[in-house]
Amino acid sequence: MSSSWRTLDRGTIHDIALVCLADSLVGASFGAISVSGGLPAWVPIALSVLVFAGGSQFAAVGVLLAGGGPLAAVATGLVLNTRLLPLGFAVGDVLGGPRWSRLLGAHLLTDESAAFALRHQDPARRRAAFWLCGLALFACWNLSVVLGAVAGGAIGDTAALGLDAAFPTVLLALLLPALADRATRNATFLGAAAALAATPFLPPGLPVLLALVGLLPALLTRPATAERATAADRATAPDRSAVTAPAAAPAPEAPRCP
Amino acid sequence: MPLIALLALAAGTYALRLAGPAFRDRLRLPDHLRALLAVAAPVLLVALVATATLTEGHGFAGWARPAGVLVGGVLAVRRLPFPVVVVAAAATTALLRLAGVG
Repeated sequence: MSSSWRTLDRGTIHDIALVCLADSLVGASFGAISVSGGLPAWVPIALSVLVFAGGSQFAAVGVLLAGGGPLAAVATGLVLNTRLLPLGFAVGDVLGGPRWSRLLGAHLLTDESAAFALRHQDPARRRAAFWLCGLALFACWNLSVVLGAVAGGAIGDTAALGLDAAFPTVLLALLLPALADRATRNATFLGAAAALAATPFLPPGLPVLLALVGLLPALLTRPATAERATAADRATAPDRSAVTAPAAAPAPEAPRCP
Repeated sequence: MPLIALLALAAGTYALRLAGPAFRDRLRLPDHLRALLAVAAPVLLVALVATATLTEGHGFAGWARPAGVLVGGVLAVRRLPFPVVVVAAAATTALLRLAGVG
């Protein structure tokens, strides 16, 4: 594969490096927030290696830190990762070749690696971009999570340092690009309102899942939504945040995570 | 998080990743399903932001935390660098607590 990386232009390699840098900051935040919130260090590290999907990692840890059960954490993480299904359909062609490389490559499927693959037409370049981005991200992401977890363990009074504000802020910053789309924004606001309203009554973890009622208007007006093909486009569209959907033309200033 | 839950999340995620490359020649996802899946992620995450910002247990989290997140959010909208955004949010909350705001 190393020879095929030479088919990549310098711009692509440069952009992949920037995305790795941005993701490393997010990964370090993830490790530090998890550990300073009270989880043992192996939890964020194992999540990062085995799940390797930043949005769902944050969600699972967020549910746990809020006092939710493991079942709610797993359910929330899995619903978040359903977007990997259409992503895999969109860029599955890069995973040809021997069975072992297909099985390994599937684990490297992230918003970012899919986005970089989608930037290229030529099959060899698509493959090279996918593998370079996937492998580089896997290395940076896990390394930064370990460093963050170590740093988080050294922090004393997390509430006095305001670290409980860091977690929602990190997520919010990652989500901003996705909120530019009005239909998405309306669905998210409706869902968030439902989750907040349910918080006093439901066990921790469930209000977030209840937010999926925000999708109901889109379900009820299904034909119109399908015609506009918003998400079908989105699966191949540029400038979207990593935690939500692929970003075909990564903007360096936008933080992402796998 | 029990190890078994972590492994379940990992296995489920891997299955979702593998399904596309494995079945893309035989199946096609309907557009409306793709649309729905694409919006589900931000819906869950914004709800997570809202509850993590405003609630603690079954009640209100106090003013210091949402104030910090608000400052961070404004800076993020203004496209300030990610570390600045996060540090400003935490610092705002910390200073408010130091000043006695809950």
